[in-house]
Amino acid sequence: MTFQPSDVERYAKLARLALSEEEKARFARELSSVLEYVGQIQKVDTSGITEYETVVPLPPAWREDVVEPSLSVEEALANAPDRKDNFFKVPRVL
Amino acid sequence: MGELNRKKAWELLSLLDTKEISAVELTQSCLAEIDRSGKKLNSFITVLSDSALEKAREVDVKRSKGLPVGRLAGVPVAVKDILCTKGVRTTCGSRILQNFFPPYDATVIRKLKEADAVVIGKTNMDEFAMGSSTEHSAFGPTLNPIDPARVPGGSSGGSAAAVTAHQTILALGTDTGGSVRQPASLCGIAGFRPTYGAVSRYGLVAFASSLDQISPFAKDARDLWLISDVISGHDRRDSTSIPERLFDYPYSGFKGKAGLPKTTRFGIPKEFWGEGLAPEVREAVRGTIDKVSKAGYEVEEVSLPALSAGIAVYYIICTAEASSNLARYDGVKYGVRVNDYADLFEMYAKTRAAGFGAEVKRRIILGTYVLSAGYYDAYYLKAQKVRAVMKKEFAEVFKKVDFLLGPTTPSAAFKLGEKTDDPLEMYLNDIYTVPVNLVGVPAVSIPCGKNREGLPMGLQIIGPQKKDEIVLKAAIMLESLGIKL
Repeated sequence: MTFQPSDVERYAKLARLALSEEEKARFARELSSVLEYVGQIQKVDTSGITEYETVVPLPPAWREDVVEPSLSVEEALANAPDRKDNFFKVPRVL
Repeated sequence: MGELNRKKAWELLSLLDTKEISAVELTQSCLAEIDRSGKKLNSFITVLSDSALEKAREVDVKRSKGLPVGRLAGVPVAVKDILCTKGVRTTCGSRILQNFFPPYDATVIRKLKEADAVVIGKTNMDEFAMGSSTEHSAFGPTLNPIDPARVPGGSSGGSAAAVTAHQTILALGTDTGGSVRQPASLCGIAGFRPTYGAVSRYGLVAFASSLDQISPFAKDARDLWLISDVISGHDRRDSTSIPERLFDYPYSGFKGKAGLPKTTRFGIPKEFWGEGLAPEVREAVRGTIDKVSKAGYEVEEVSLPALSAGIAVYYIICTAEASSNLARYDGVKYGVRVNDYADLFEMYAKTRAAGFGAEVKRRIILGTYVLSAGYYDAYYLKAQKVRAVMKKEFAEVFKKVDFLLGPTTPSAAFKLGEKTDDPLEMYLNDIYTVPVNLVGVPAVSIPCGKNREGLPMGLQIIGPQKKDEIVLKAAIMLESLGIKL
């Protein structure tokens, strides 16, 4: 697989990332060589593996569904780039 | 007492306990060194002089009144700027978080404060921990204190440089693919990556969640033990946190307990000696292995064939996880938002374009690709299966040997700019460290010599999951063989 600038543009769009033409060309070149390298995983025999497990297997971490002390609205909104009253403010969605 | 900042934490704690020195003096000696060399090395993003001295005074008062103190009382600790500190700017080395002030402390920060450690500052890093040289920081590169023309390694290069330059006694970094062991090796200090889940990740800004692990730097393995004991332990705020304690007895300088049984077996993975390993590193690590053998321990060659696919597997999994984790930087809840946009999509895309550096963008695109419809099975799923094969191979080899020994990095510290034009070349610097993260085992890097130019080289000791304590014991044993710098 070789990455073309149009491929870079496609995946960048999925990732909500605006790129310059120069970046598209550069990333296409760099990612092509990375992809060629990572392609070697196909050579490893994984026929015995049906599914993968977590790194360190643990039982699920359940907890009671109860209200506990948490951040105040002011603290939670303190880092927001834009807000109105007790809400995050964003451009029109609909 | 002169040059307090050059001493180790376990030496300093006994001087503090007997009141031969004060925490304020010790903190001042570190702050003086930061004043002297901090700007030049660019090791810190934020220095916390005032709160550090305040904490040091508080500890001195406690000791003078005979009140109980924590296990790191008065010892300066620098923390990587990826760990949330309440009310203290936490940037992750990124423009997108340049104005982010967390409303809470990470669990490790809380534990350090409870242990009465002196948090001295927030250290520089590759943006979002993506890099092996600390050149990918929005706040400029950190320089290697041993040779400022060279990189300190990364991504926790600021923490490594701060310990090496005696600007702090201990430091925390994070090790997702080697980001603590590799800089420790390149700077000539000790770095320990605990078992996955040994240290809570609550309040650690996520890069690749199945690989990320908060990990300490120190001048020797005893100090690593000391701080690991403080920061590890179960945390209900991290669902991957291990319930059991991995460090059993309170720190007592390992008195009488440092020895490893002579039946201890060290395995040398033959896959670690292939192409790309610098002859000088090969020689230094071989020399150490000979000493281990001469000291009466069993040393044998072992094989883990899937190791050679480590970097390939790692760059699929870490970019996939990163592309998902970094979706949160959308200009809505925190971080920077651009001013000029026509609609919601453009706000996201332009905000992220302006906020992220090139390496982060590359990894988001690659991660989005390997997770996308049509490529998921060939890349992400296949990589997870190879990871499972690797895990099986480690489990098998640890039935035969107690530890694995090998180089930490393929070469000594490289020059600034040497690898920034070729991402793959940069990635290959982590060839010996990433398998540890993929299988979630503990590993420590300690110095094993210097090359002709005086640059340090490191070796790593890898153990089975949850054997953190004996991995550090093995490191203490190796240090006692006189192989430290």
